[in-house]
Amino acid sequence: MRLEPREHTPLAARLLAPVAAVAAALALCALLVAWTGAPVLRAYGLLLEGAAGSRFALTETLTRATPLILTGLAAAVAFRAKLWNIGAEGQLYMGALAAVVLGGGMLDLPAWLLLPTVMIAGAAAGGATLLGPAVLKVRFGVDEVVTTLLLNFIVLLLVSMLLEGALKDPMGMGWPQSAPVVEAAELPKLVERTRLHTGLLVALGLSALLWLIDTRTIWGYENRAVGANPRAAAFAGMPVTRVMLRTALLSGGLAGLAGVIEVCGLKGYLTLDLSPGFGYSGIVVAMLAQLHPVGVVGAAVFIAGIFVGADAMSRAMPVPNYIADVLVAASLLCMLVAGLLTRYRLRRG
Amino acid sequence: MELFQTILDILVSAAFWTAVLRIATPYILGTLGELLCERAGVLNLGIEGIMTLGAMAGWMAVYQGADLWTGVLVAALCGGLMGLLHATLTVPLGLSQHVAGIGVTLLGTSLSYFVYRLVLPQASTPPTVEPFQPLDLPGALAQTPMTYMALILVGVVAYVLYRTPVGLAVRMVGENPAAAEAQGLSVTAVRVGAVVAGSALMALAGAFLTLSAFNAFFFNMVNGRGWICIALVVFASWRPGKALLGAVLFAAFDALQLRLQQVAGGVLPYQLFLMMPYLLSILALVLVARRASYPRALMIPYRKGER
Repeated sequence: MRLEPREHTPLAARLLAPVAAVAAALALCALLVAWTGAPVLRAYGLLLEGAAGSRFALTETLTRATPLILTGLAAAVAFRAKLWNIGAEGQLYMGALAAVVLGGGMLDLPAWLLLPTVMIAGAAAGGATLLGPAVLKVRFGVDEVVTTLLLNFIVLLLVSMLLEGALKDPMGMGWPQSAPVVEAAELPKLVERTRLHTGLLVALGLSALLWLIDTRTIWGYENRAVGANPRAAAFAGMPVTRVMLRTALLSGGLAGLAGVIEVCGLKGYLTLDLSPGFGYSGIVVAMLAQLHPVGVVGAAVFIAGIFVGADAMSRAMPVPNYIADVLVAASLLCMLVAGLLTRYRLRRG
Repeated sequence: MELFQTILDILVSAAFWTAVLRIATPYILGTLGELLCERAGVLNLGIEGIMTLGAMAGWMAVYQGADLWTGVLVAALCGGLMGLLHATLTVPLGLSQHVAGIGVTLLGTSLSYFVYRLVLPQASTPPTVEPFQPLDLPGALAQTPMTYMALILVGVVAYVLYRTPVGLAVRMVGENPAAAEAQGLSVTAVRVGAVVAGSALMALAGAFLTLSAFNAFFFNMVNGRGWICIALVVFASWRPGKALLGAVLFAAFDALQLRLQQVAGGVLPYQLFLMMPYLLSILALVLVARRASYPRALMIPYRKGER
């Protein structure tokens, strides 16, 4: 058996690949569910119901999808340029830090001015966090995978330090949490009496905007060219270093914005468990979407549904809710294989 | 001056060096494992998840009644299986080693947590097992058998890599796979073998945490040690002896910060000390990056007949 490159990939194959990958992951995880002794079909039925079975379930899934769209976009734009940003988790927390610092009463601005200010500051904080590893990469050739991963731990410790020190809420009963952001820094709700907030619209808008940049501007063209072949791009006169740094700012900024939106739209304050791994799940979102900015939305809703649905399912059955994490990891690995099959075909001999 | 005196006092105490070797052991094993994979040309970012799985599987086997060495073996087998998964995706299929590795880490971690929660649904305080005891030797030599195993494995890996045909094959497929193929070697077989063996070593690093350093399995217990090992491999310029040196040096800094934390704990937030290992790893990467001589074929998939 050997792999032979396909001359071109039909659109249907590209659309079908994530569906096939998810189906394969569900089938593999069915073995795990069966191992727990729970009836598999009923378990998956409950998962689906918990994710999309009611108006409440749907709004919960979309609430969970909001930060995932942003971290998914962060991974997608970076991976497109072959900048391996695995540090979205840390960048998200840096954005959230900026949100509670500026939105916690330091700036006395009306909402229409305060919200954009906080968002821009959060994005800048996230972007700056990735800029460090990106500079080390282009300047000294330090692999950004390891530096961004290590930065996640450093940022989390920094947040922990600030939450027990300078940023600690005096009214927080001694818990390590920040003071809540002021009302003017809160994102309005999208649907009354649910947790769904207008951060979703920001995420959707950015996904569309990135798609436009990607397909309609020189910027997007340069990003793709540098990702495909940096040497050829340099030979064609493209500023490879500048494209890398630009991509780093954009990717880190998107992840930072995810932190701002989680704080200002949902939690209201910052704790150490603001993100249950949104940064890492964002990588899976981006891969399922084949790094396409619009595809990211669908993939994020799907991954969010798995997490929300698994929580509901594990309340009704003796299946630990970590099944969601296993499903997500299995989807990523299956997607890699499915993506390969869209680019290559298997031949005998 | 006072700080200098404090540091000096710490450095001459036997308890300090006992701690250094203990802290170094998972780094030695993990770095050796990653080194073996990378020498064959495969970056294995699955290390963090493989260590977590090794920690959980080894502990779980002992908790279920197996003896300690059987637990170690179970961990190594689980690690080898995860290695086989990573190798299948990255060697014959030639998929992105970065993304496949992240996938293996996510899978290893989530599987460990899933199985742990399934077997122990309501464990609020983690149950414990009777771990390896330190040998009855004087001073810093009073280590558990797993530490000695790690030290011996450094010698074994160094010997195999530099003194045997197998090691030559591993280094060759990592430097110039086309030449290896021309010599009649199967690049695929050698790379898969190296990744499986390396991953088994990583799992041993995890098992050390639950069966030797502690006696229970905690969530997030690997805590970035795998990523630090990847930095240590670069720092060690892909040499087992230097990997040992790097791991011990790193552990010495870690043990020192733990002690300084006790001395200066009231003045500085403890998080600053906990950051040091990660900052140190980044610093080490920057320092050696310029003269790092990567295995030539690292991260480049090899497909027969393709250039």
